[in-house]
Amino acid sequence: MIWQSLTDLYYGFGVALAPHNLMWSFVGVLIGNLIGVLPGMGAITTIAMLLPLTYTMAPVPAILMLAGIFYGSQYGGAIGAILLNLPSHPPHAVTCLDGYPMTRQGKGGTALGITMVASFFAASFGIIVMIFASPLLVSVAFELGPVEIFSIMLLGLLMGSTMGRGSPIKGIAMTAFGLLLGVVGTDVSSGVARFTLGFHDLTDKLELVAVAMGLFGVADFLRSVNRLHFVGTEAKVRFRDMRPSRAELKQAFMPTVRGTLIGTLFGAMPGTGPTITTFIAYAFERRISKTPERFGKGALEGVASPEASSHSKTQVDFIPTMTLGIPGDAVMALLLGAMLIQGIQPGPMLITEHADLFWGLIASFWVGNVLLVVLNVPMIGIWVKMLQVPYRYLYPSAMFFIVIGVFSTNGSLFEVGLVLAFGIVGAILMALDFPIATILLGYVLGPLVEENFRRSLMMSRGDLSIFLTQPISATIIGICALFILAQLFFAARGFLRQRRLLLTPPPVAVLDD
Amino acid sequence: MKLQKDLWGGSLMVGLGVVVTAQGASYTTGTLSAMGPGYFPVVLGAILAFCGVSIAIKGWLAAPEAAEKKLPAEWRAWLLMCGSIVAFIVLARYLGLAPATFGLVFLSALADRDNNWRQAALLALAMVVIAAVVFWWAFGINLPLFRWGVS
Repeated sequence: MIWQSLTDLYYGFGVALAPHNLMWSFVGVLIGNLIGVLPGMGAITTIAMLLPLTYTMAPVPAILMLAGIFYGSQYGGAIGAILLNLPSHPPHAVTCLDGYPMTRQGKGGTALGITMVASFFAASFGIIVMIFASPLLVSVAFELGPVEIFSIMLLGLLMGSTMGRGSPIKGIAMTAFGLLLGVVGTDVSSGVARFTLGFHDLTDKLELVAVAMGLFGVADFLRSVNRLHFVGTEAKVRFRDMRPSRAELKQAFMPTVRGTLIGTLFGAMPGTGPTITTFIAYAFERRISKTPERFGKGALEGVASPEASSHSKTQVDFIPTMTLGIPGDAVMALLLGAMLIQGIQPGPMLITEHADLFWGLIASFWVGNVLLVVLNVPMIGIWVKMLQVPYRYLYPSAMFFIVIGVFSTNGSLFEVGLVLAFGIVGAILMALDFPIATILLGYVLGPLVEENFRRSLMMSRGDLSIFLTQPISATIIGICALFILAQLFFAARGFLRQRRLLLTPPPVAVLDD
Repeated sequence: MKLQKDLWGGSLMVGLGVVVTAQGASYTTGTLSAMGPGYFPVVLGAILAFCGVSIAIKGWLAAPEAAEKKLPAEWRAWLLMCGSIVAFIVLARYLGLAPATFGLVFLSALADRDNNWRQAALLALAMVVIAAVVFWWAFGINLPLFRWGVS
């Protein structure tokens, strides 16, 4: 099996290095980095905005380019976090903690250099895991029926909605809302148009790009307008400053390895978002450090470990997305949606039917990471200049790219209106502290969850116990139950503790009235 | 503040859940073994409503937290930004891509207090050029640069 993987991979490199594909990979990394470095542009916004560019392309270069865009934007986000203290993508919030102090000490270049090395190392490791784990998972995946698939999705959704930041119940509510958005349109098995609100344009389904751009683009601009003021960075970073010294490399090496392993572990768990992963990597590094007081004041370890964890997690996250068709977080959900648009259905059949795409993608991940390093060395001066673009010029331009991008998807002005609607919905939900990333996860999985649920119960003639009598499914449902119990336990404990601390009258008296 | 937020958020979810359940029930729900198109939405609506109730109750019971800094409402900016997208839709339908782009960028740029109308107009013109060169000429977007009335 391992030998098979390696020969397949060799073939994959052939695909990824074909001049045509290589070019699109490069273009993707370049534009992704360019947009991702702009303040306020997270990975999701960047991908959604550039998605329409790939519509006219063949599937293989299109997906290679999207993966490139993803990497580029991820790395671009780190630049903004380190030099400007501006986390445009939540996972980078942790990178700000030590990256920005380093910039103020004049070591911003070193921080960027270490980030690059750590990301490259972590991504390479994640890719190796992917090469060997994917075929294994695929061989298992063929055994999975609708019952098991439904249970896995349930686990993924549950973890996705509760492991993020903020309240778990709100996460579940948003997942349900996302699943509902996935239901909108014509029901496949009965032909009934559901929740179209009388709009003829909704009989097909809600357009992924419109939903994503509304929730992550327009909503964000509505929240930030007149509120996001930042001063340009004074930092001048040149190529020479980026090269870390031998001592710095040594200092960052073990944190990078630990971050990579944490990211790999969390990537293997469905539904755990990248933000929580980077936070855990940072907290872990700080706990085991002999000098925890340095953290928050420019500790190199505090940059290397979280950045490494987010990159290895990203790679490992691709495994369930590609082999089972179950995305781990909102970014994966968006990439999955992009593949569906290209007529590629991720799942166990993907490796057998689209071997060129699958192995080409894996090889291009690595090629993309190499390109990222190559590109960032000479371009860093330009990225730093990009950071100076004031937000008041940036968001109107971004609004234009969003609107034109959505319009070009189907040539429909109705969908432009949808962007506005979802922008308002997203802004309201964000103002009420609801986590909106899980909406996208629910939206992409919605139709799949419904179909597998239906088919499972058709098989069992309406007997719900089928989810508990099949061994694989029963195990997964068991994990779900344990997970919910643990959440309830922590919630109850926190709640009681808080009341004991804060309420002056004894709790009994409050319960009485 | 937090308390009110959760009350609002919870009520919103309850309302949404109830509407969805009612609407879902109007499609055939069917039975577990042969689910109709309404089954899944009804279940989801119920989950939403249940979550909403929990959020609201939790927000109501929880000890009031330290009030966070309340950001002032930006009604002018919000209206301008929403209006800019509406303007794009209307202008694209009747006048074409170039006026629509101008309207969109001009109005949304005015939403920022630090932009004056001249800067907004210049930015809008720059975007019109990009729209014309990149999207209309290179990508061949399905929208004429200028038109008069619905064609």
